[in-house]
Formats: sequence, C-alpha cells, structure tokens
Amino acid sequence: MLTDTTIEKKLTAMANDPKIKMRGNKVNVFYGEKQALFDVDLDVPGNAVMALIGPSGCGKSTFLRCLNRMNDTIDICKVTGDITLDGEDIYDPKIDVVELRARVGMVFQKPNPFPKSIYENIAYGPRIHGLTKTKAELDEVVESSLRKAAIWEEVKDRLQEPGTGLSGGQQQRLCIARAIAVSPEVILMDEPCSALDPIATAKVEELIDELRLNFTIVIVTHSMQQAARVSQRTAMFHLGNLVEEGPTDKMFTNPDTKLTQDYITGRFG
Amino acid sequence: MVANTFLVIFLLTIVGYVAARIHAKSVLEKVGAQMHSRPIYHGVNAAIWTGVPALIIILFWLMFQNTVINQLLLGLFEPSRIEAMTSADKSLLISEIRQIAAGRIFGTPEDMVLAAAQKLNDWTWIARASMFAVVLAACLAGVAFGLRAIGPRFRARYSVERSLNAFMIFCSFVAIFTTIGIIASLVYESYQFFSMVPAYEFFFGLRWEPQIPLRADQVAGLGAFGAIPVFVGTFVIATIAMVFAVPIGLLTAIYLTEYADHRVRATIKPLLEILAGVPTVVYGFFAVLIVAPLIRDFGTGLGLDVAPRSALAAGGVMAIMLIPFISSLSDDALAAVPRAMREGSYAMGATKGETIRKVLLPAALPGIMGGILLALSRAIGETMIVVMAAGLIASMNINPLDSVTTVTVQIVTLLIGDSAFDNPKTLSAFALGLMLFLITLVLNVLALTIVRKYREKY
Repeated sequence: MLTDTTIEKKLTAMANDPKIKMRGNKVNVFYGEKQALFDVDLDVPGNAVMALIGPSGCGKSTFLRCLNRMNDTIDICKVTGDITLDGEDIYDPKIDVVELRARVGMVFQKPNPFPKSIYENIAYGPRIHGLTKTKAELDEVVESSLRKAAIWEEVKDRLQEPGTGLSGGQQQRLCIARAIAVSPEVILMDEPCSALDPIATAKVEELIDELRLNFTIVIVTHSMQQAARVSQRTAMFHLGNLVEEGPTDKMFTNPDTKLTQDYITGRFG
Repeated sequence: MVANTFLVIFLLTIVGYVAARIHAKSVLEKVGAQMHSRPIYHGVNAAIWTGVPALIIILFWLMFQNTVINQLLLGLFEPSRIEAMTSADKSLLISEIRQIAAGRIFGTPEDMVLAAAQKLNDWTWIARASMFAVVLAACLAGVAFGLRAIGPRFRARYSVERSLNAFMIFCSFVAIFTTIGIIASLVYESYQFFSMVPAYEFFFGLRWEPQIPLRADQVAGLGAFGAIPVFVGTFVIATIAMVFAVPIGLLTAIYLTEYADHRVRATIKPLLEILAGVPTVVYGFFAVLIVAPLIRDFGTGLGLDVAPRSALAAGGVMAIMLIPFISSLSDDALAAVPRAMREGSYAMGATKGETIRKVLLPAALPGIMGGILLALSRAIGETMIVVMAAGLIASMNINPLDSVTTVTVQIVTLLIGDSAFDNPKTLSAFALGLMLFLITLVLNVLALTIVRKYREKY
C-alpha cells in the first residue's frame, strides 16, 4: 500500500516528469456489490512498456480495461476516481468513448480476428474512422500496419484469405496490426501471449519492444519473465490494491514489499 | 385373446425378472464376491429374454395372420373364379366374408360365402390359440434360458448393455423407415399420376383445373394439371411472409441480444415464445376474420381493388407466425458470436451500430441464413393458415391484393370428400406433395449445411 507521503512524493516526481501519458487517481471499480479495485493510483509513462503483474483476480485486467473504458460494456460495472490521458479526464461526460478507444487501442488475451479476410481485419479501423480517402491510401495503411506488427512477410500473398485461418501467433500479431492501423497513442495488452506457444511468444515480445518507440504500451502478464523482458516499469497488484510500482529492474531485484518479493520468486500466486 | 397374450407376456417377464434375481442372489451368496454381474443384471437379462422374443413373434404373427387367412379363404372358391377376379374384386369378396363373419349380413349372400365366413371364424380362433401357445412357449423358454445362464462368469451386465444398444438402434430406425415409407407412397402415387398425365403438362402447364368427373355421369370441367399457377401462388404468399418476417424477426433479435437490458429481454423473449406456440389454425381465424377485412377496407379506402381473401392477408399473418422462429434462430446465431469479437470491435473505437453491422451480422450471417431458409421451408409447407385465408382458384397472378391458392391448399381440397385413387384428380395431390417435399427438402438441406459450416467458423 502506498502511504500519503509516498503519493505526495510521486506527485512531485510526476510534475517534474513530462512523459506521463496516462494517470489513474484513486480509481475504484465495482462489479455490482463487489469492489474489484481499491483507490489505485498509477501513472503510465509515455513511450515505454508498463507491465501489470499479480495473482489471478488481483484487478490488473480490470485496471487495464478502465484505461480505454472497455468496462463500459459491462452493465454492472461502475468506475470512480479519475483517469487522465494527456491530462484529460477520460471519464468526463464530454469525452467521446469511441474517440478515446481510437486513441487507446487494445489487444486481448485470446487472438480475436474478425471472421473476415486479413486485409479487411486491418482495414476495419481506418474505414470506420474515415482515416483514408482512397483505396491506395488504405492499402498503404494496411501494409504499414502489418509491417509494424512484423507479420507482413508472412501474409502479404494471402491478404484476401480469412484472418481466422492463421496460426495463433500470427493471429495475435494480426490483432496487434489491427490495433496499430488506427494509429493509437496507447496500446493495452491483456495477457497477449497466454494463448501462444513459446516461439510465437518470443515473436510477439520482440514486437512489443519495437512498438515502444512509437506507442505507449501497458501489458498485463502472468509471466514474470515476460514482465522482466519487455517492460521498463512494473506495477504489482494484489486483491484489488496496487502493492508496488517502480522500474522493472528494481522490482525484480530489490522490491520494496515482501508481497512483491514473494510473488516474483514464486512463493505464492 | 391378443390382449390376454400381452398380459401373459408382461406377467411372465416380471416372473422371469424376479426368479432370475433371486436365483442370482443365491448363487452370489454361494460363491462370495466372485460373480461378474450384480443380481439385478441377471434379472433384467432374464426379463429381456422372456419378453422380447415373444413380442417379436407376436408382431410378425399379427402382421401376416390376415394375409395368410385371406389366401386360405380365396382357396375355398373355385380357382377359375378367383383367376377371373381383379385385386379390387378379391378384396371386395374378402371384406364381404369378414363382414358376415362379424355378424353383419347385408342382402342374401351366396352359400359359398356363408361357408367361407364360418371357416374364417374357425381359422381365426385356431390362429389366436396357436399364437397364444407359441408365445407362451417362447416366454417359458426365455425364462428357462435366462435362469440357466446365471453363473459367476456369465456377463449379464454386457448382455443387458447390448440389448439396450439394439433397442436404441431399433428406435432410430423406426423414424427412418417411416420416412422411407412416406416417400415411397408419395413416389408410388405420383408415378400413377404421371402415367395418366404427362409430366411436361404438370411441370410446365399454366392451367390448374383439377375438377374432373369422378363418375361418368358427373358434371365437371375437363381438367388441366399444370402445376405452375399453384406454385406461383405458394411463392407469392411465401415471399410476402418472408418480406415481413425477415426484417422484423432479425431486428427483434438484434435488439434483444445487443440493446435490450436484462428486464426487457426477460419479458419479450417469453412473449415471443408464446407467439410461437399459437396453433396455426388460430392464426387462420385471425387472418380470415380480422386481417383480410382490414386490408380490404383499407385498400378500398385507397381506391384499390382488394380480393376478400387476399394473398397479402394470408402472407402477412404467416409472417407473424414466422417472426418468433426467425428471431429466435437469429438470436442464437448472434449470441453465438464470441464476446471477443464485440470487444475487439469496440476496442477499435467502433460504435455499437458499426459493430453490429460490420462484425456481428457478417459473423452470424450463416446462422441467420440457415434460420431464414428453415423459415422459408415452413412458409412453403404451411397449410392451415392458407387453407383458411387463401383462395382456391389457381391463377397466374402475383398481385398481393388478389386471391391466390397454394400447393398445400390444393392438396387439402383434392383429398377432401369423394376421392377415387384411379383418378388423376386425386393422384395429382400426391404429385404436388412430392414436389413440395422435394422443395422443402432441398431448402432444409441447404439450411443445415450452412448452419453446420458456420459452427466451424470461430
């Protein structure tokens, strides 16, 4: 748990650090009667990868889904507190949730390509947001998105084949490409590798590392090694509370709390 | 006698069960824990051995008893007389004998027939008595067999399992054979029809006037058996029904799965199911007594000429019948689209409407199409509504405000009242039925193929 003094310290630190992309302030989430998150304060640095770790049911996915208001799609879910994107409150009634989600994209645990062709999967976002004017422009967006997601070489000759026909790892990279295609600022990833084999996982991790240059990434993961490999900052959740947050190196070598120490060394969780 | 026989089989089966179970128990006590099957299996096994063969014997006996006796009866008459008879005459003679044997004498029958009736009564008694004896013997043999088989190593458990297996196979074949029988009779009667009326007239003829005389002295039309006007009528009504039912059903399904909150859904779904449970004859009342006059008044108000039994009324009411069907199948198809698809689309910044149009509908389309095709085949085969609300005269007409007839209506009218099965008028009903069956079969196969394909999709 963060004490008031540490919050104050962090607030000053953040004020000095212009790179904070998203900021959660006293975020509480309720599913009906049940509270899933308790007063979470967490900052997401820009152009970096932040890993959210913690045992199952600790609220890390819930927090992730607050960042692009995916929780809105669940009727009984209620969010209190502030979450800002570039200083703008994303739960402000004036904010258009559709625009927000175009700026904060998401990749899910299980690859979920639409049952359409590979091309149509990528073109979906640009089309609904009217990002391109001509077919040539759209083609270009599709190609560059697939390239950025490091899957272009594998699919360039079969763009009209269904996206569901790809292997699991390819499907996940297709989903990442689909998210990139609308040029978001932040990409949220909810255990993106949990349904993939080690080789596909390695490819996706490599990709995440490259994407950091252009995007801010928040990734939920159950794999300590993955968090250590891909992230610059790590936040540890437990039972709906943020336990500890800091640079990944420090978290994995010299964590502040015993809980984190025990979790990353596999003593519980 | 037959009822007594069944009673005996039933009682002996119980006796076999109890006896075998008691015997198995005593064997079990003697040998200790070494027995393969528990006593109850030995009991059931003995019961099966007692009852099943006897029932099979009774079934075949009853199936062939009359045929055999009929042959024997005909054998009483001089061969030359029998040879001169047609099969219709023979069955007439046999039914006369049977009527007399049952004590219903009409006019003054010839002595030969009276003697045959007497013989018939004797033979029937003999047949029943011998059936009883045979069945009793079979039962007792079954009990004995079941009891003898009991032993520590006898695998009564598997034996019972196999019997159950056989019974299930039998049950599944009942439906199959019945279907084959129905198709065979359709095909046979249609064949008779096509030997009287050329096939090209039926398939390509533009006039349908089946009111030909049954007897030589009857006043009736000359007859024409061109099926096209009848099928045109069916398709007009089915099209009207689909035009109303598909959008309404589909939009209902979309609203219920995607927009309605929990309480609304919990109210509307059961109401739709009630709609699906309304008997079609009630829809028929509704069409003919309320909808048709309403449309007629409304049309007259607009200066249109509307028939009292307009295709629009029949099709419109049929649409109401189909709405719950389409909406519940589309509902299933939409609900089967994984939540991940919706979330994927929302996470791209798509609105609900965009998600539905561009992701959910395409993904659920095969299921929805399957539902629509099944509904269409129901619309084509629907009978009661159109019998009550559609017309009888077949005309080449696609005006929804006019009266049209349908295949099902024609089949019903052709088979009601006097019918002779050597007459194309009656037989044409079977040809129509066969066509209808083939059309709905193709539609159903198409629908099921599509539905199955979409199951593999995600």
